[in-house]
Amino acid sequence: MNINPNSKLKNNFWRDVRFWRIAMQIGVLGLLAIAILILWDNLDYNLEQRGIELGFDFLRSQASFEIGEKPIPYTPADSYLLALLLGLLNSLRVMVAGIILTTIVGVSMGIARLSDNWLVRNLSLIYVETFRNTPLLVQLLFWYLAIFLGAAKTAGKIQLFGFISLTGNGLEIFGIVLSPEFGALLIGLTCYTGAFIAEIVRAGIQSVPRGQWEAARSLGLKPSLAMRLVIFPQALRVIIPPLTSQYLNLAKNSSLASAIGYPDVYFVASTTFNQTGRVVEVMLLLIGTYLTISLSIAGGMNLLNRYVQIKER
Amino acid sequence: MRKWSSLLVALMLAILPLAACRQRTEKAGKQTVSRLDTVKQRGKLICGVSGELPGFSFVSSDGKFAGLDVDVCRAVAAAVFDNPNAVEFRKLNAKERFTALQSGEIDLLSRNTSWTLSRGTSVGLEFAPVVFYDGQGIMVRKDSGIKSLEQLKDKSICTQIGTTNEQNLSDQMRQRNIPYKLVVFEDINIAYATYVEGRCQGVTSDRSQLLSRRSTLPKPEEHLILDTVISKEPLAPAVAKGDAKWHDVVQWSVYSLIGAEELGITSQNVSEMASNPNPEIKRFLGTEGELGTGMGLTNDFAVRIVKHVGNYGEVYDRNLGSKTSFNLPRGLNNQWSKGGLLYSPPFR
Ligand SMILES: N[C@@H](CCC(=O)N[C@@H](CS)C(=O)NCC(=O)O)C(=O)O
Repeated sequence: MNINPNSKLKNNFWRDVRFWRIAMQIGVLGLLAIAILILWDNLDYNLEQRGIELGFDFLRSQASFEIGEKPIPYTPADSYLLALLLGLLNSLRVMVAGIILTTIVGVSMGIARLSDNWLVRNLSLIYVETFRNTPLLVQLLFWYLAIFLGAAKTAGKIQLFGFISLTGNGLEIFGIVLSPEFGALLIGLTCYTGAFIAEIVRAGIQSVPRGQWEAARSLGLKPSLAMRLVIFPQALRVIIPPLTSQYLNLAKNSSLASAIGYPDVYFVASTTFNQTGRVVEVMLLLIGTYLTISLSIAGGMNLLNRYVQIKER
Repeated sequence: MRKWSSLLVALMLAILPLAACRQRTEKAGKQTVSRLDTVKQRGKLICGVSGELPGFSFVSSDGKFAGLDVDVCRAVAAAVFDNPNAVEFRKLNAKERFTALQSGEIDLLSRNTSWTLSRGTSVGLEFAPVVFYDGQGIMVRKDSGIKSLEQLKDKSICTQIGTTNEQNLSDQMRQRNIPYKLVVFEDINIAYATYVEGRCQGVTSDRSQLLSRRSTLPKPEEHLILDTVISKEPLAPAVAKGDAKWHDVVQWSVYSLIGAEELGITSQNVSEMASNPNPEIKRFLGTEGELGTGMGLTNDFAVRIVKHVGNYGEVYDRNLGSKTSFNLPRGLNNQWSKGGLLYSPPFR
C-alpha cells in the first residue's frame, strides 16, 4: 500500500484555504438572499396588514387627468401607462437638451476661468460661484417666476441675438415655441450643472503638465490652437469620469420639474400614485426608470472614456 | 479572505434586528392594536392639515394653527384627552396626504379632502362625516372679461397636483370639447404666484379655497370667481381603513359638533345644560347612558368637545362666517332643519 504522508491532512478540506474562500462567498451570498427575503416578507406583511395588494393592473385603467405638454397624442381617457410614457418622453426631452447645453456652457466657462483676460476670468468665476453655491430649487423658481414670467410680463418681449425671444408664453427659438416651464427647467439645469462642469474642465486642463504648453508653443502653435490640439485632448482623460457624474446629476435633478409645473415622469407618477394609492408599485417603476436612464448615460460615457484614453501604439 | 469574513459578520449583524422586527410586528398584528390606543399611549393626536388655507387651516399671527379643519383635530383631541391642545399638526401637501395616512405617520387627515369612491376604496381611506360641502370653481382676473368656461378656450389654467380639481377640470373640458392647457404645481403657493404673474389666465380649486386664497392675493378685488360650479367636493376628515374603533371616535366627534348645534348646546351654556331634563340632551352630555365608554372614551366626551371647541355653528362662525373677512353664508353647510345638509344621527 502506498501511503501518502499528507493524505490525512488533504482529507481535512476545512484546512484548505481554497475551500474557505469559496465557502465564505457562498455564505455572504446566502445571507444577502436571506436579508432580501426578510425585507420583502416584511414589506409584504406590512402591506397585507394595511390591506394593500401589490399589482400592476392599475396601469391599464383610465388616467382621467390632463397633461400640459404632449409630445405624443394623449387624452385623459387614455391609460396611466400612456400617461407615464408621456411623462418619460418629457423627462428625456429635457435631459438630452440639458446635457448638450450644459456641456457647451460648462466647457466654455471652464476654459474662460483660465483666460488671460481679467474680465473674462472673473466673470466666469462669479458664474461658477453663484450657481454652484445656491440650491437648485431656488434657482429653478428664480428662472421661472422672476425671469420667464416676471421679466416677460414687464418687458412684454425680450429679444436675444435676434433668433431667441422670451414672452409670457415661453421661449421662441427659430420659430419653435418652448413653454416657460420647459424653458425655465432647461436653463436652470443647464446653468447649475454647467458651473460644476466648468470646475471639472478647469481642473482637467490644469492637470496637463506645463511642459505640454511649452512644447506646443515651441512648435509655433497659437494659444488657442495649442489648447484645441494639444491640451484639451489630454485634459479629456481627466475630465470624462467626473463629467459622467454631472450628467447623472442633471438627469436625476430634472425630477424637480413639478416644482415649476413641468409634467415630467416624476410628476405623472405622483399624480398616478395619489389617485390610485399604488405608492409602492409606482415607486418601483420610478426607480427602475431612473436606474435605466442613469446606467445608459454611464454606459455611453464609459465607451467615450475608452475612446479618449491613451492608446498604445 | 479577511474581506469576506468581515462582510459576513456585517451581514449577520444586519439581519438580526430585521428578523427581530418581524417578530414584533407579528405579535402586534395578532392583537390588532387600534389607533385609539396608540394615540392614548402617545398622549397626543397627530393630525395632518394643509396649513396654507386661511379659514380651514392656517398658522395665525400668534403662531398657532387655526381654521375649520384644525378645529376638527382639536375636537378629537378634546374627546380623547379633555385637552384640545394635545395635537401635533403636520403640514401636508395634496400629493403626500394619503401616503402619510396609509403609512401611519398621521392618525387623522383633516385637510380639505374630498370624499370620493376611489379614495374610500382603493386608496385606503375611511371617511368621517362631511364637515364642509364645497364645489370646484375657477378664478380669473376681472379685466380678462372671462365669464364662462367656454371663454377659457386655448387659455392656461393653474392647479395643484394630487387633487380632485386636476381631474374634474379635465372631465368638464373634455365633455365640452374645449382645448386648454393645464399647468400643475406641487406647491399651492407657486401655483398662485404663477397665476398672479399672468402665466395662467385662470386658477381652479374648491370654491372655498379660491375665496380663502383670494384674500391673500396682492389685490383681491381684481379677481373674480366664476359662478360656474363644476363638481361636488364634500370635504371630510379621514382615517386609515380597517380600524373601526378609531373611525368611530373620529366619526362621533364630528357628529358631536353637528349634534350640539342641533340641540342648541354651545360652549357658553354646556355646563348649565347638565341640568336640562330633556333625555336626548342628557344622553348627549353623558349624564345618562353609557355611550362614550362603549367606544373607548369617557361618557362626557361630547361635553369635552363642546366645552373646548364649541358646536359646529360656533366653529363655522369663528373660521368662515360673519365674524371673519370671508363672511361665507352657511348655504349647504347648515343644519338639515334649516335647509342645509348637516344631519347627525341620534345619540342613543
Ligand atoms: N378637495 C380637493 C382639493 C384639496 C386641495 O388640496 N386643494 C389645494 C388647493 S387646489 C390645497 O388645499 N392646497 C393647500 C396645500 O397644499 O397646502 C381634494 O380633496 O382633492
